[in-house]
Amino acid sequence: MSASVSTITSGKGGVGKTTTTANLAVALAGMGKKVVCIDGDIGLRNLDVVLGLENRIVYDLVDVIEGRCRLRQAMIRDKRMPELYLIPAAQTRDKSAVSPSDMVRLCDELREEMDWILIDSPAGIERGFRNAIAAADSVLVVTNPEVSAVRDADRIIGLIEAEEKGPAKIILNRVNQNLVKRGDMLDVPDVLELLAVELIGIVPEDEAVTVSTNRGQPVVLDSHSKAGIAFSNIARRMNGEDVPFVNMDDKSGLFDRLSRMLRTGGD
Amino acid sequence: MDITQMGEMQIKGIKDGLLATLGEGDWSELSFGLIEHIKARAGFFQGAKLTIDVGEHAVHASELSTLRDRLSDHGVMLWAVLSNSPITENATKLLGMATKISKKESSVLDRKEKSTPVGEDAILVERTLRSGVVINFRGHVTIVGDINPGAEVIAAGNIVVWGKIRGVVHAGVEGNEHAIICAMDMNPSQLRITDVVAVSPEKRGKVQPEIARIKDGKVVVEVWNSSHVRGK
Ligand SMILES: Nc1ncnc2c1ncn2[C@@H]1O[C@H](COP(=O)(O)OP(=O)(O)O)[C@@H](O)[C@H]1O
Ligand SMILES: [Mg+2]
Repeated sequence: MSASVSTITSGKGGVGKTTTTANLAVALAGMGKKVVCIDGDIGLRNLDVVLGLENRIVYDLVDVIEGRCRLRQAMIRDKRMPELYLIPAAQTRDKSAVSPSDMVRLCDELREEMDWILIDSPAGIERGFRNAIAAADSVLVVTNPEVSAVRDADRIIGLIEAEEKGPAKIILNRVNQNLVKRGDMLDVPDVLELLAVELIGIVPEDEAVTVSTNRGQPVVLDSHSKAGIAFSNIARRMNGEDVPFVNMDDKSGLFDRLSRMLRTGGD
Repeated sequence: MDITQMGEMQIKGIKDGLLATLGEGDWSELSFGLIEHIKARAGFFQGAKLTIDVGEHAVHASELSTLRDRLSDHGVMLWAVLSNSPITENATKLLGMATKISKKESSVLDRKEKSTPVGEDAILVERTLRSGVVINFRGHVTIVGDINPGAEVIAAGNIVVWGKIRGVVHAGVEGNEHAIICAMDMNPSQLRITDVVAVSPEKRGKVQPEIARIKDGKVVVEVWNSSHVRGK
């Protein structure tokens, strides 16, 4: 077995990286995959909270890297799933405690036992970002349909190309159909045309995300949530399934135009 | 640009970025010297792709990965290590870096040994410039690709874009009033020729190739047609 390492990053903060990482991890684990997610946001950990595993942390990523514990000891098992683990970030250390080659070594050790290694990247383009992508086989860039988020996504896509980790794939999060309809939100096809990389998912704005985050219950566990369905579709696409981009209550014609675009785009 | 020399270390531009040839000596001193050299010229090295030629040195994976991390802290990506030592070669492969490169020197960075080219200095960039990328060249710049919002092209000469302009373009930056900017789709966040800033139109018409130049002290943007090809 050799796991695929996928890093979730964005450039801009607060666009939904941690939410995405938690949900993809749970969705993939729900499909019977062995999954470990690593919180790469050293000093600002919160993947544990979103996964509801905060109270079980004993050791963290920096403990593993600095040899204070064995790798297994820092892997918290999520009991809701057959095989889902979290390696939490250290809360007290700065990013320089970890180097890109530490991450490569760590992932190489995990690869043997896992199907998926998901790494939640911190915002920005500094050391923490480079740590997060160092071991990646593929990179998912989360963005929102909003000018500054898209510009940062564009920048990060360029850096990912420069580090030869590209081409990245895009997750467009927090799309609000009402705003799109009114023309108050960036047009999704325009965003994709600008970023010029493959789209792997569109996640609607959904109150259920906030509720589930507060409960430590990722929204994919809620079969009624639209965001949850969108995240599980992304997980299926990651596994090579061909899941069409459709939306149940799309009156804006967005998904029509989008599927036309994806077809003419030839992928 | 000149070949930079320090002690025995040489740095020059190659097709794939920069090549640093480390001389003889103790590895820790050589790697320290390289980092110091880069620190002193942070602007120049920022974002560079670096190859090092270590000659006979036997460098172990841990030493190489330490150097790679430190270079990465200074915004330099170490992606290839050339060496005659099997130990170094193994370490390089272990860390997923290249052990061979095309040593062809780049025309932009190192034209010293070439005869004077016919025509004027120009560079060709065959990719889309994403946000955060800045190209600054004392000649003409041709881009096959787009200039995205947040990207910037500054040239002493003309800027010719076979694609869309949505970022910042500044031609004739050293005062050449005959400089032009043209693109298949001209929709810049700012367009400047010498120190004259273009006033962007209220509404955009049909997307078609356009050319911007200075006329009577103002930047004028016109739909391109073949009569523009001749003359200045
Ligand atoms: N699709 C969504 N709908 C509603 N709220 C969302 C959605 N995605 C993320 N959020 C909220 O946005 C905030 C930031 O998300 P988070 O995943 O922490 O971002 P990041 O890790 O990129 O900083 C959180 O409060 C989260 O609940
Ligand atoms: Mg986060």
